[in-house]
Amino acid sequence: MTQMTFARAINSGLRKSLENDPKVILMGEDIGALGGVFRVTDGLQKDFGEHRVVDTPLAEAAIMGTAVGLAYRGYRPVVEIQFDGFIYPAFDQIVCQVAKLHYRTQGAVKMPITIRVPFGGGIGSPEHHSESPEAYFTHTSGLRVISVSNPQDAHTMIQQAIASDDPVLYFEPKRRYHDKGEVDESLDLSTALSMEKARVVTEGTDVTLVAYGPLVKTARDAAMAAADEGISVEVIDLRSLAPVDFTTVEASVRKTGRLVITHEAGQSGGLGAEVAASITERCFYHLETAPVRVTGFDIPYPYSKLEMHHLPGLDRILDGVDRALGRPNSLSGLEG
Amino acid sequence: MFTDELGKGGTNAGGPGNSAGPHGGAAQNLVQLITPEGERISHPEYDIWVQDVTDEQLCSLYEDMVAIRRIDTEATALQRQGELALWPPLLGQEASQIGSGRALREDDFVFSSYRENGVAYCRGVDLTDIVRVWRGNASSGWDPYTINMATPQIIIGAQTLHATGYAMGIQNDGADSVAVTYFGDGATSEGDVNEAMVFAASFQAPVVFFCQNNQWAISEPVRLQSHIQIADRAMGFGIPSMRVDGNDVLAVLAATRVALDRARHGGGPTFIEAVTYRMGPHTTADDPTRYRDANELEDWAAKDPIARVKALLDRKGLLSEDFEAHVQAKADAVAREMRAGCINMPEPEPLDIFKHVYSTPNSWLDRQQDHYSRYLASFGDPAEATSEEGAR
Repeated sequence: MTQMTFARAINSGLRKSLENDPKVILMGEDIGALGGVFRVTDGLQKDFGEHRVVDTPLAEAAIMGTAVGLAYRGYRPVVEIQFDGFIYPAFDQIVCQVAKLHYRTQGAVKMPITIRVPFGGGIGSPEHHSESPEAYFTHTSGLRVISVSNPQDAHTMIQQAIASDDPVLYFEPKRRYHDKGEVDESLDLSTALSMEKARVVTEGTDVTLVAYGPLVKTARDAAMAAADEGISVEVIDLRSLAPVDFTTVEASVRKTGRLVITHEAGQSGGLGAEVAASITERCFYHLETAPVRVTGFDIPYPYSKLEMHHLPGLDRILDGVDRALGRPNSLSGLEG
Repeated sequence: MFTDELGKGGTNAGGPGNSAGPHGGAAQNLVQLITPEGERISHPEYDIWVQDVTDEQLCSLYEDMVAIRRIDTEATALQRQGELALWPPLLGQEASQIGSGRALREDDFVFSSYRENGVAYCRGVDLTDIVRVWRGNASSGWDPYTINMATPQIIIGAQTLHATGYAMGIQNDGADSVAVTYFGDGATSEGDVNEAMVFAASFQAPVVFFCQNNQWAISEPVRLQSHIQIADRAMGFGIPSMRVDGNDVLAVLAATRVALDRARHGGGPTFIEAVTYRMGPHTTADDPTRYRDANELEDWAAKDPIARVKALLDRKGLLSEDFEAHVQAKADAVAREMRAGCINMPEPEPLDIFKHVYSTPNSWLDRQQDHYSRYLASFGDPAEATSEEGAR
């Protein structure tokens, strides 16, 4: 076990993938000499050469489209999108090509492309640098979408994503890049928890609180605060956003009877809506109350002085827990 | 059959493509080796690239062009008869497709749009596979690796990036094959095509950009896409280009060989603008009489690529009755084979829609497939139903 930052843990995972498979090739803007704007690829070009770690021109559609061609040729490209808001120029190539070529060719062409996206807010950036675009991709069949919440998962799941024969969007919570944690670099991928499984982070009995990426830490903090008030919150880190491991969530909700879902992305049509609907379908008679969503608002990501109002914080999550439990809360009196 | 050997040796390095230099060549005049009247004219730079073409091979190019025109006519008929949902005709573009397609080596890899059925023919496609997509029985007609040609692209210009990425892979592998991408004049307005040229030039990728300027993007004339000659655009990306008579099969063959030779020898990308004309509609769904002048069609009909080679063969005394009968028989045979393959194509199974979405199982999709198969099973076996009620 080694203490390392989130960013370092991804770097170490990328390094292992580059070492283990000569077909792995990294592409993106500024990922070479600079090591990426967040230094996630620091030192990799120096050690693996500019043909394995490729600094590309500034053209997201081209980064993605050439990755498609490389995959056709048998490579496993790992593409870095510099910031969440820059993924939109590549949207067509992702949803029309990367996602569909395996289907279109009846399985003849594999698209083992990993798309790394630093996402989410909380770092005081200008616009286009703090977005949560995951729902666009969870809605697109053919893609797998995962998000990591801690250095160990960041390290193992990047390797699992690269090893996957399906295209994977790998969402990195950029405000957690400098968080430190224990990482076992020797963990065998075949025995590590699959990237498709959710994980119970904190066990509890009163309410199930579902989170992913940057909000897992906030959810855990909220659970600790709730415990001080005698409320037992079970926190689940989804890890996989498409497909969601509903079996794990369902088992928890059958136990607690209450469900709160939190994410930074806007509410309408977001992943929380999918979780609420699917869990309601699966265990309607075990629910004591309607699922509750604590999310970002349906607004463009706000300027940084106000972003903390948009982002679900510990208190907003606790307010949501109170709603699920029927305790006094900010919306008391509006029910029915 | 004409199979290209010239590219293998690279004996012609030093031709026009190489002398053009990284920024040169764009302002060249239209390269032509056969006049519309079928006269073989000499060209100081390009003759050398087709000097090995024998009379027999010239006849073979003619036969190919007649065959793909016949495939095109037959597919159009199949669409009119309700057997195909749609068809994108290549009528008029036979020289561009056969001239370039026959220049390729087996290990080159093609990324095309939906109109390059003539190129697919050169790659040895199974004739039934040409119509599989248009009948609605599959999302792609063939396994790309069996003929080294990607499944045709519907999104305009997206394939140029795939070719460039594939070429970067060739480069990494140290191979001397080439990625070739086909697109139309309209596609040159798309961002993807422009980004592909940026990447191709930056990495000096072995890719050939083959633009069939057929004058029309559905109803929009080429002048709406570009205020300069399309070949001239490549110069701005640092990519040498050629502007070739796309209705002249020998000129197209020569230009493609120049570009392939450059790519094989580390010279990077080349842009070819084949100036041709789409004589039919964009697809069987549109009506060109609404947007273009009949006189224009007449002018281009006088430059028909097949009539031109035929006239050349006639001048050379190669157009015997036996040969014409042979060509006709070949065209009839391919049309017959395609029609039979189309009509006898087995219907896909309902649950096939769930196949190949992912390489590995996906719990969401597995659940939906399970539920839908239960739904289908709830109807019982229609074959066993004895009454209308039972069938329901």
